[in-house]
Amino acid sequence: MKKGNFDMKFNNQLNTMIHKLVTNAAAAVADITDGSTLMLGGFGLCGIPENCIQAILEKGTTNLTCISNNAGVDDFGIGLLLQQKRVKKMISSYVGENEEFERQLLSGELEVELIPQGTLAFRCMAAGYGMPAIYTPAGVGTEVAAGKESRIFDGKEYLLETAFNADFAIVKAWKGDTDGNLIFKSTARNFNPLMAMAGKITIAEVEELVEPGMLDPDQIHTPGIYVHRIFEGKNYEKRIEKRTTSK
Amino acid sequence: MLDKEGIAKRIAKEVKNNTYVNLGIGIPTLVANYLHEGINVCFQSENGLLGVGPFPKEYAVDPDVINAGKQTITALPGASSFDSAMSFGMIHSKKIDLTILGAMEVSENGDIANWKIPGKMVKGMGGAMDLVASAKHIIVAMQHVNKAGESKLLAKCDLPLTGKNCVKRIVTELAVIDIAPEGGFVLIERAPGVSIEQIKNATAGKLLINGDIPEMAL
Repeated sequence: MKKGNFDMKFNNQLNTMIHKLVTNAAAAVADITDGSTLMLGGFGLCGIPENCIQAILEKGTTNLTCISNNAGVDDFGIGLLLQQKRVKKMISSYVGENEEFERQLLSGELEVELIPQGTLAFRCMAAGYGMPAIYTPAGVGTEVAAGKESRIFDGKEYLLETAFNADFAIVKAWKGDTDGNLIFKSTARNFNPLMAMAGKITIAEVEELVEPGMLDPDQIHTPGIYVHRIFEGKNYEKRIEKRTTSK
Repeated sequence: MLDKEGIAKRIAKEVKNNTYVNLGIGIPTLVANYLHEGINVCFQSENGLLGVGPFPKEYAVDPDVINAGKQTITALPGASSFDSAMSFGMIHSKKIDLTILGAMEVSENGDIANWKIPGKMVKGMGGAMDLVASAKHIIVAMQHVNKAGESKLLAKCDLPLTGKNCVKRIVTELAVIDIAPEGGFVLIERAPGVSIEQIKNATAGKLLINGDIPEMAL
C-alpha cells in the first residue's frame, strides 16, 4: 500500500505497508514442507531463482513436485535438486540438457509429465487469472491428448487443459520493490511473471531491491499484489548453457 | 547432395519479405545466415523475444538474453521481450507466418514426430507441439535418412507424434518435397547431383513424381 496525502478518508493505519520483505532465501523458503508443489521460473538456466533453489537444497526439503519449463543441467538449477533425489515429479516441456534427469526418467525413479511449452504457460496464466481451464490446439492427435476432454471450435479441435495448483511459486526478477512490484529483464522474463501470478504463496528473489516509489508504475511487469515474499538475492552466477558469439 | 548449410541455404529461399518467422533448433537456426538481400524478416524466439539478432560479440554476451535453444543472442533495434504466455499467444493467434523446424520422422499425410523415442530418448516437445498446431506454414529441415540409414519419410510415423497433418514442405540433403493435400510426398526439386532413383530409394512413403524434376538452384 502506497503512502499518499490524498484528500480521502484514509487514516494512518490504512496507509501501513503490507509486509513482504524477508531477510534472505532461507527465510523465504522456511515453510516449504516435504511433498510441496513448486512452480519455478526460468527458461533453461536463464532467469532461474538461484538463491531459493540453493536454500531448498540446504534445507533438505524432499518429495517435491516441480513445475518448471526445464530441469536445469546436471550441476546447476533444478538439476541440483534432482541429483539429491529431492524431486518426486517434474512437470516440464523440455529436459534435453540433463543426463541425470533422463536417467531417472528412463529408470522410472522420477515421475515426469511432459507437456507442450505453450500449455505450461497457459496453465500458469489460467491460475493467475482465476480461470479453471483453457483450450489449446497443442497436442491434439498426440499422446498428450490421452484422456483429455476435447472440443471443436470453428472446425478445429482443442484440448481442455486445467489451471495449475501450486503451493509455492518461486520466481526471479531483475528489479523489485518492498511492496512486491517486479520488473524482469529481456528473456529472463519467460515464465516468471506467469508463475508469480499463479502461486498460492509467491516468493520473489530480485537482483536489485528498492524502496516503493523508485520503480515507474508504467514499467511494472508483476504488480505487488501477486508477491507475498521478496528479498534481494546475492552472488548470482547466471550460468550460460550455450555461449555462442560472433567474431 | 547438400550439407546442413546447403539445406539451410535452400530453405532461406522460402522466406518471404516482411514476415515473422520462428526457427527451431539445429539446421533451422542456420537459415538466418542465408537470407537473400532485400528480405526483411523478424525472427521470434518462443522463450520471449521478437527481433532476434546475431550472436553477440564476446564482450557483449548477456546471460539474460538467449534464444529457445539456450544460445546467447542479441536483440535487434526495435525488438520486444515478453512472457511465455504472450509468446505462445502470438503463435496460436497465427501472427507467425512461417515455422521452420527439424524432425525425426514425417509421414505422407504431413504428420511430424520429433520429441521422443520411447525407452531411449526423452527430450520433450518444448514449443514444437504449439508451433505445429497453429503455424500458417511449416517447413521441415532434416536429413532424408536416419543414422541407421532408414528413411525418415514414411507412410505413417512410428514414433510418438508432435502434430498431425501439419507439415507442408520438407527440405532434405536430397530433395525438396511437398505434402500432397490428399497424401503423398510430391517431389519438387532434386539436390545438385542427386538422381530421382536415389530419392526414391531413400523415401519409404509414397513418392509422387510428376514430369521433369528440376535440380535446385541455391
